[in-house]
Order: sequence, then C-alpha cells, then structure tokens
Amino acid sequence: MAVTLDQTIAQKQHTLLSRLFSSQTFWVVIAVILACIFLSFATDAFATSKNLYNITRNITFVAIVALGMTFVIITGGIDLSVGSVLCLCSMVLAVTMHAGFSIEVGILATIATALVIGGFNGILIAYLGFPPFVVTLGMLSIARSLAMVASNNTVVFQFGPDHDKLLALGGGAWVFGIANPVLYMILLALITGFTLRWTKFGRHIFAIGGNEHAATLTGVPVRQIKVAVYMISALSAGIAGIIQTGWLGAVTTNLGTGMELQVIAATVIGGANLAGGVGTAFGAIVGAALIEVIRNSLGLLGINAFWQGTFIGGAILMAVLFDRIRNFRRSD
Amino acid sequence: MAVLELTNISKHFGAIQAVNDVSLSIEPGQVVGLMGDNGAGKSTLVKMIAGNFPPSHGTMKMDDRELILHKPAEARQHGIEIVHQDLALCNNLTAAANVYLGRELRRGVGPFRILDYATMYKRAGQLFAELKSETRPRDLVKQMSGGQRQAVAIARTMLSQAKIVLMDEPTAAISVRQVAEVLNLIRHLRDQGIAVVLISHRMPDVFDVADRVIVMRRGRKVADKKIALSSPEEVTGLITGAIEQVS
Repeated sequence: MAVTLDQTIAQKQHTLLSRLFSSQTFWVVIAVILACIFLSFATDAFATSKNLYNITRNITFVAIVALGMTFVIITGGIDLSVGSVLCLCSMVLAVTMHAGFSIEVGILATIATALVIGGFNGILIAYLGFPPFVVTLGMLSIARSLAMVASNNTVVFQFGPDHDKLLALGGGAWVFGIANPVLYMILLALITGFTLRWTKFGRHIFAIGGNEHAATLTGVPVRQIKVAVYMISALSAGIAGIIQTGWLGAVTTNLGTGMELQVIAATVIGGANLAGGVGTAFGAIVGAALIEVIRNSLGLLGINAFWQGTFIGGAILMAVLFDRIRNFRRSD
Repeated sequence: MAVLELTNISKHFGAIQAVNDVSLSIEPGQVVGLMGDNGAGKSTLVKMIAGNFPPSHGTMKMDDRELILHKPAEARQHGIEIVHQDLALCNNLTAAANVYLGRELRRGVGPFRILDYATMYKRAGQLFAELKSETRPRDLVKQMSGGQRQAVAIARTMLSQAKIVLMDEPTAAISVRQVAEVLNLIRHLRDQGIAVVLISHRMPDVFDVADRVIVMRRGRKVADKKIALSSPEEVTGLITGAIEQVS
C-alpha cells in the first residue's frame, strides 16, 4: 500500500519507550536505584530513615545550584563562580542578620547580591563578548574575597533577633518529616522543568545553545537571555546559600569551596551537554543524587574516604562514555 | 503591479561603491535569478531589501508605497522573508520548533502563557505538506537531509503572509537529488503568488526555475531579461565582463 505524504508527515519516529531508553538521565536513574537496592542489602545503616533523611538533604544544596547551572549549560556557557557566590550570599545573609535586621531584610539583601553578581557576569559575557569561562573564573575569586571582606574572615553563628526563624527555615521538616531543603529543591525543580519545556524563554535557551547565530537571525533576544541565565545561576547559588546557612547554623568563608565542580559534574552526569543545547531539570537532580549516593555508600561500606574522588570522577566519565557510545551508534 | 520596486538604488561604504544606481521591479509569483561574481553587489543589494542596512541613495517601494527599513524585523513585518545561506537552523530542536523559532505560538491568559505544541506541530505539518516535502514536524533537524533542512527554512518564510522570499545560495552545498527538491520548493512558493529572488552561482538551477535573470557586475545591473530570451553562455559573458551590457 502506498504511503501518502500526509501519513509520512504525521508519523512519529520515536515511541515513548524508545525515547526513554535513549536518554542518559534514564540510565543514571537506574544506576541510582540499583545502588540503593544493593546498599540496602549490603549494609544495615543505609535504609534507615535517618540515613535517607541525611542523603536527601545533602543532595539538595548541589542539586539546587545544578538547576541554575542547567540553564547556563544549555546555552553553551559555564558558571564557575557558583561556589563562591554561594559563600558570599550566605555571608551577606549572616552579616545582615547579625547586625540586627530581620530575616526578610536578610533574604532580600542576599537575593539582590546574587542578582547583581549574575547580572555582572551576564553583561560581560553577552554584551562585551568575554568568554564565560574567564568571567566566571574571575568572579570565583572576587566573590570569595568579598565574603572575607564582609565578615573579616570570621565565623558568623549568631543571626540576631530572627536567629531561630532562619534555623527552622533551613533545618526544619515542616511537611511529613521531609527535610525543608528537599521541599525547596522539589519546588525549584518543578519551576525549572516547567520553564525549560513550556515557556518561550526556555525554548530560546535551547535555541541559543543549538545555534546562537541562527537564534540571532530569527529574532531571539540572545543577549538579554544570556544575561538572564547567569542571573538565574547566581540566584540559585544564593537560594542554596540561604538554605545551607539555616541548616548549618554558621557561615565560614570556606563554604562552597570546590562546589562548582560538583555542580557541573551533577549536570553532566544528568545528561546536560557542555557544548550546549541539551539538559533537563530532572537530570540535574538525578546527577546530584548519584554523586551523593556514591559518597554515602563509600562511608557506609567502610571504604577509605580518599577514594571518593575516584568514584565520582569515574561516574562522570561513565555518563559521558554512555553518550559517546550512543552517538557512535547513530553515526553508523 | 510590482510587489517590490527599486529605483536608482546605490550603496557605498566609505569610498567603496558596492551598488551603483540599480533599478528593478519584481512581480508577484515571479522567480528572479540574481547572478554575479563574488563582490558584484548581490549580497549588498539583498541586505538592503532585508533591512540589514539602508541604501545611500534611491528609493524602495513595496506595493506602491515607500519602504523604509531600519532593521530585519521590520522587513519581516512587511512580508519580506529571507532564507539564509546557512539556513539558520538549530540542530537540537525539532523541525516545528525551528519553523516557529522567534515567533513561537502560545496559549493561555495574560502572563500565564505556555507554548502551544499541538498547534505548532499541526501547522508545521501543513506547511511541509504544502511544500510536498517528507518532513516530520517532530523530528530533530540534526537527523535531516539537506533537502528537508531547506524545507524547514522555507516553511519558516510561509508562516506569515510573505510577499517576497529572498534565498541566498539555497543549492550551494547539497546533493543533486536534493537540488531538485529545493527547486520544487521554489516552484511551490511561486504557485502561491510569492515572488522569489534566487541568488545563485549555479547556472542550471537559475535556468531551470527562474522566469527572469538579473546579472550584476561591479555594483551595476548589466542585464535584466526573460530567461527564455537569454542563454547560459550570454549570462556567463555578462558575469565575467566579456559581454559589456544587454538591454
């Protein structure tokens, strides 16, 4: 029977299942689940509610920043400053509240700081054509130094009149015994996923990562969007900073050191492509989860903590290797 | 009546005279081949029509009304669409997403508006059907052939009521079979009453599909005649300068 043109056009090439199996995120989810099942049997301590509470909460800080980083990476950029920005934001919050201001003022000041820093990064990158790597590398140094200036390099652990509110915000568990940070992470992941898939802004982010020149020619406001993604990235670091401050109950100037690498690792493991054009909110969370499960399990299995980096690095390479194999198959 | 009429258009960049006193008019449903060697002024002329920069002298008229363009978006509003040489496609997006890039359809109320995937897939599918191209709206452009990619870029020009489509070297880097596909796409545009300006180096394509050929050399228009009254030999002579000018 002859196939008409309309039938060909209406045909869907991929079923839901085939798309699922070809997704890197799916296989990372499987890896996380298998690891969890294995650990539940191999150790007594893993499947306890206390340990699961700890794991889910530990995931959140990297995951929240990874959500913001996903926007940047999809446009084909990179933000190395997130660890330092997280530290600076925590410090701004701590210092403001320590000085006697309310928690609302503290959070507003923190978010303003994050947006200014993100905007600064974005303007240098989008309007002045600086490479993202260099700009954010500079900001990595600047933000941490500003955090030291703001606190005179001391530890802040008293947060003024709203001290208890802040600790409850980050350390509490208001709904069904789920740690508050986990709730924030889920909420932010839903917002991120929605933005990427269902808004014009999200569509344009993917277009910029796919072909920036084409996006410009078709009338996508490329520069404004690039500034926005760096602001979102810094904002996510700021939000993570607020939550982490509430959870830790103290801020030091080495908070978030090296975090940018964990965050980038999480997004890449979750399926984002550093060349741009690919990435999901769910992937960022799953990537962060895999890193945390590896870390947690090494401790529980009694393996020397020095091996952590090897396993996490291995996971990054495995995830990208998987992507390479998929591409080889496609080009055959 | 001419859809686009240029009168004594000139453009200079400093001391360089890129386009010199060119007049021409284009009728609806006409395919015009614009030929000339590198640096003959084809691209400059097209860029003025596309709104990339204004002419130094002369006037452009569209449907008998004067046309003044400050930026490409304004040209688009007037129904002038461009298919860029590199097609300006995003490989990581679907065919439908590329067709609607920069003018996505949304549904919802006020600030709560989401992308209207269903309508975009449907409309893109209709456009591909009109173009008689076997292109699936849900497929990623990455996996497409040169001909299908052209179809996506051309479908983009059909979203709005285009009156004139400028195509920059659409057949430069694709296979023989795909060239035939692209020439068919051009005929479909013509059949809908759209004027097409085909900028090309490829003599056979222009003689295959165009109604008229305009030849430029060193910024001047040296020929403008019906394709039936010309020959590839004559056009080659005009491009190289072996033939000075024909009327």
